[in-house]
Amino acid sequence: MTVVERREIALVDLLDRLLAGGVVITGDITLRIADVDLVRIDLNALISSVNAAVPSPFEPRLLPAGPAEPSEEVL
Amino acid sequence: MTGLRYVYAVCRPFGTPLQAELTGVAGAPAGLLHHHGLVAVVSTVPEADFGEEALKAHLEDLDWLAATARAHQGVVDALTTVTTPLPLRLATVFRDDSAVRVMIEAREDHFRALLDRLDGRVEWGVKVYAEEAADEPAGSAPAAPEKPASGRDYLRQRRARGQAKEETWQRAERFAHALHERLSARAEDFRLHPPQNSALSRESGLNVLNAAYLVPRAHSEEFVELVDHTKDEEPGFRVELTGPWAAYSFTGDTGNTAGTGDGAGVADAGEEVS
Repeated sequence: MTVVERREIALVDLLDRLLAGGVVITGDITLRIADVDLVRIDLNALISSVNAAVPSPFEPRLLPAGPAEPSEEVL
Repeated sequence: MTGLRYVYAVCRPFGTPLQAELTGVAGAPAGLLHHHGLVAVVSTVPEADFGEEALKAHLEDLDWLAATARAHQGVVDALTTVTTPLPLRLATVFRDDSAVRVMIEAREDHFRALLDRLDGRVEWGVKVYAEEAADEPAGSAPAAPEKPASGRDYLRQRRARGQAKEETWQRAERFAHALHERLSARAEDFRLHPPQNSALSRESGLNVLNAAYLVPRAHSEEFVELVDHTKDEEPGFRVELTGPWAAYSFTGDTGNTAGTGDGAGVADAGEEVS
């Protein structure tokens, strides 16, 4: 078993699993944070912080200020 | 009451105690909540940070997100050394213990089915990068072509470049497909995650395969060796292995997963790029 160098897990790999995987339970609090929304929020945050010069592959708009309208988000 | 309950995972009862110093999200120690023959692994988090509005705001804060994700993973990872945990999605929060119990009661059959299915299995992540990524932003254009002398030259060069790009892409797709075939034959299940954006991963090359494989612990060594062998098999590609992970990618709908995949296949990768 030589492949696994135990370096720090890359955040993207972590988020692939923690935000796209794991059992989804609507807890008391996270009521309205749907999967898609969550991932989009995070990727936007990531992209803008990683490199402001790199254009987002997603909609450039961040979350609207008000309650998000997820309808047009899906493809 | 200002403390909320953050739930990391659900497990079957296990004999070994948690490491005493196992801290979770927000620095609080993780504890066990037994109910109906299942165990929720929980910790207390401040409502000021994990209430709905606060949580939404925090999730846009990369540092907060990273710290929370790592803490979550730290707890789940510790659990994998003593049992097979069923990890929950990041930031699953309840008001109090009794709300967690209600949740367990509502889903116990589901949990048990998933726990049975995942028992003794781990997840391995395998990514393939095509090194000569055609998609690089300008700046480091390899072997900058000569300035076209005419419009026809220009078109010819453009076509040649397009062809090279296309060939690279096809080769990458073939390699990724073949590798995936071999690995999935050795795995009980697999998931294809969407390819990672290189701006996020800061990895060089184009991510053409981003897969997760569910493998019995007992067969992990073989699986890792198999991946290891492919590493130098073909020039121009880089194969990366991560894991073992708790089976995060296999907690979807109960039982078999046929047809319920995310649909993000190897083939989809092409669309991302073009």
